[in-house]
Amino acid sequence: MNRYKIDNFMKMQSERGGAELLSAETVNQALIISLEGELDLHTAPPFKECIDSYLAKNTALRDLILRMDKIKFIDSSGLGVILGRYKLIQKRGGKLVFVACSPHVYRILKLSGMQKIAYFTDSIQEALSL
Amino acid sequence: MEVKNWVRLEFPSESENVLFARTAVAVFASQLDFTLEEIEDIKVAVSEAVSNCVIHAYGDCSGNIVVICKYSIDELEITVEDNGCGIPDIVQASEAGYTTIPEERMGLGLVFIHELMDHVAIASEVGKGTKLLMAKRIPRSRE
Repeated sequence: MNRYKIDNFMKMQSERGGAELLSAETVNQALIISLEGELDLHTAPPFKECIDSYLAKNTALRDLILRMDKIKFIDSSGLGVILGRYKLIQKRGGKLVFVACSPHVYRILKLSGMQKIAYFTDSIQEALSL
Repeated sequence: MEVKNWVRLEFPSESENVLFARTAVAVFASQLDFTLEEIEDIKVAVSEAVSNCVIHAYGDCSGNIVVICKYSIDELEITVEDNGCGIPDIVQASEAGYTTIPEERMGLGLVFIHELMDHVAIASEVGKGTKLLMAKRIPRSRE
């Protein structure tokens, strides 16, 4: 298992506040991102840059797995960035998986229609086995 | 509407103030008998409305956003007002998937607001600004 930390992401987030990258890992062709905090207009751009930098560096990455249990809030700005990343991995034939969403975050994701394009699981293990 | 309490917030259209606005409104709304889920709904609606002001009303320019919250015995009413570019076609802007920034936006801001609040009204004039009013019934009054 490869494990990276994006220093720039942490730096940007400490300047911006709101959301924090807990970890970013690659397992086979999957990028697993764990986030904490609130994803909105202000905090979504560094999240986007983080994922984009991984996808640009490693063209073998296909799947995006987002661990959501520590995400306290998400709105359409956060969802828009996730949708944009989905479009990138879709071109590689990959899939988007949300893991362990809180009930409210799940409700917002469902309202957005995200369940039509993404998978939802309770664990990373389950996400990796899809 | 007999107003029992109110608060007025005014702040510049900076993206970091989106968090401030939804948190402040949530604290104000927590005086009422809303469930945690309803408070979360209100937070999302305020976040969408204020984000729209930052992204669409002012764009690269800067201006002020005014949020007024008030409640009566029946409902919480929130208005979000800007003096930005205005919305040329409110019906089109309210359609699911409509966005002027398709790369990163889902075009769901107003859809979420309509879905999560009980009453929404928008008044806008091109070149002058937009006023969005949204209200949520207070649970006690539904009984």
